[in-house]
Amino acid sequence: MHQDEGFPVSRRGVIAGGVASATLAAAPAVQAQTQGTAQAAPPTMPVTLKVNGRTTKINVDTRTTLLDALRENLKLTGTKKGCDHGQCGACTVIVEGRRINSCLTLAVMHEGEEITTIEGLGTPEKLHAMQAAFVKHDGYQCGYCTPGQICSAVATLGEIKAGIPSHVTGDIAAQPSVTTDELRERMSGNICRCGAYANIIDAIHDVAGTERTA
Amino acid sequence: MKAFTYERATSAREAASAAIRTPGAKFIAGGTNLLDLMKLQIETPQHLIDVNGLGLDKITPTSEGGLRVGALVRNTDLAADVRVRKDYGVLSRALVSGASGQLRNKATTAGNLLQRTRCPYFYDTTKPCNKRQPGSGCAAIGGFNRNLAVMGTSEACIATHPSDMAVAMRVLDATVETVNAAGQTRAIPIADFHRLPGATPNIETSLAPGELITAVTLPKPIGGTHIYQKVRDRASYAFALISVAAVIQPGGRGRLAFGGLAHKPWRVEAAEAQMPNGAKATASAVLAGARTTSQNAFKLPLVERTIGAVFEEAKA
Repeated sequence: MHQDEGFPVSRRGVIAGGVASATLAAAPAVQAQTQGTAQAAPPTMPVTLKVNGRTTKINVDTRTTLLDALRENLKLTGTKKGCDHGQCGACTVIVEGRRINSCLTLAVMHEGEEITTIEGLGTPEKLHAMQAAFVKHDGYQCGYCTPGQICSAVATLGEIKAGIPSHVTGDIAAQPSVTTDELRERMSGNICRCGAYANIIDAIHDVAGTERTA
Repeated sequence: MKAFTYERATSAREAASAAIRTPGAKFIAGGTNLLDLMKLQIETPQHLIDVNGLGLDKITPTSEGGLRVGALVRNTDLAADVRVRKDYGVLSRALVSGASGQLRNKATTAGNLLQRTRCPYFYDTTKPCNKRQPGSGCAAIGGFNRNLAVMGTSEACIATHPSDMAVAMRVLDATVETVNAAGQTRAIPIADFHRLPGATPNIETSLAPGELITAVTLPKPIGGTHIYQKVRDRASYAFALISVAAVIQPGGRGRLAFGGLAHKPWRVEAAEAQMPNGAKATASAVLAGARTTSQNAFKLPLVERTIGAVFEEAKA
């Protein structure tokens, strides 16, 4: 098992250091600042995450989101922090086979669960089909939303295959198919401020082996 | 986010006991709404009780011919269940009209019922809000209130309930099942589950402290044409301006419930007698007693037109 305790200088360490400098600089503030630091340390908990086939045990502040655990503890910075409120989809990862917003879930809620990030889908030498299709169709400009778009796109095709309906599915009881309308609706939780949507849809159609229908 | 302690509950009753026993405790399931509010320090629980391990994630038939939906069934799974798609299409439609694929994969049945309003002043901690801070006032009444409530409002609050799922459950006459720390269970009709704001908009449901939702039951299927029509500012991933959940029987009778109008899913059973008389008569009965602002008065004609569209769709 891989042990990882995060950055050598923790965020808490930096804050504590900042408080110490403040007490030197501003004497009247000493009392309040000292009381602040005298409080009990925030609760931490161990959690074992299985990310991209690798099991890692980390100890985290209970407040740590899955997104922050991936980026700051496991150094998997492919997953991006956009809005941090579940609105933009940049943090999308696949947990137990399902795409979720990693910013809106706590790391401690994923004990032992299988997590796939963009780093686990493919490598620069051996791209996942969806990664290759995004390159081929120029499905990005700045690239910041791309890891979330790709994780979401891979899961979207899985959801259609599994028969999960969407808002634009004509007959809610029927098996949905890979149409452009379906892809647009299902990918609406991933925002691209560069506006590469048309090429993203082309990339997903390419992987699905389907044609643009609108 | 404020610091909190965390535990994983192993039984529903134990979770309810822990909630009573621990000051400032809250249940967490999907977490998609609660964690958002915790980041903004609108919610500041000192202790989280993770209920995800309680096994309440099954959809099973009831002896009455309906379905019992476990509290932890994810919105995606409820929408995709073949029995729901076949017999309770309005519920499936409502679910897939809400949020995004990622959120629906995490959000639970019980959590969806308990989600908080998206009133912008509830979210803005620099502004008064009787729901967030009882007695502080309501910044929405004189503020930006285009998307806020027109029915059942009070001088204290004009917030709306944001759920689509709950509107469909209201039209289906669902029942919310709960358990408390003493192990006592309760079945609450969905009509009585959410409250109007009155003088205490901070109290949103009829749940007692520590009471945990275990399931939502759907009565025997009632047939008819199932429609969920949601009107919003963009075509996907937006809350409703108004929404209509409809089950329409041959001959034009049926049931209607509305989202985006009130502090709870809005249904006026008496108004349903007007359905064969058309959209205008129906809307006028549904909207009796409406109180609008200059910004949200558009919702009244929008309700009439959307009912009209639903009636047309049912005939088609």
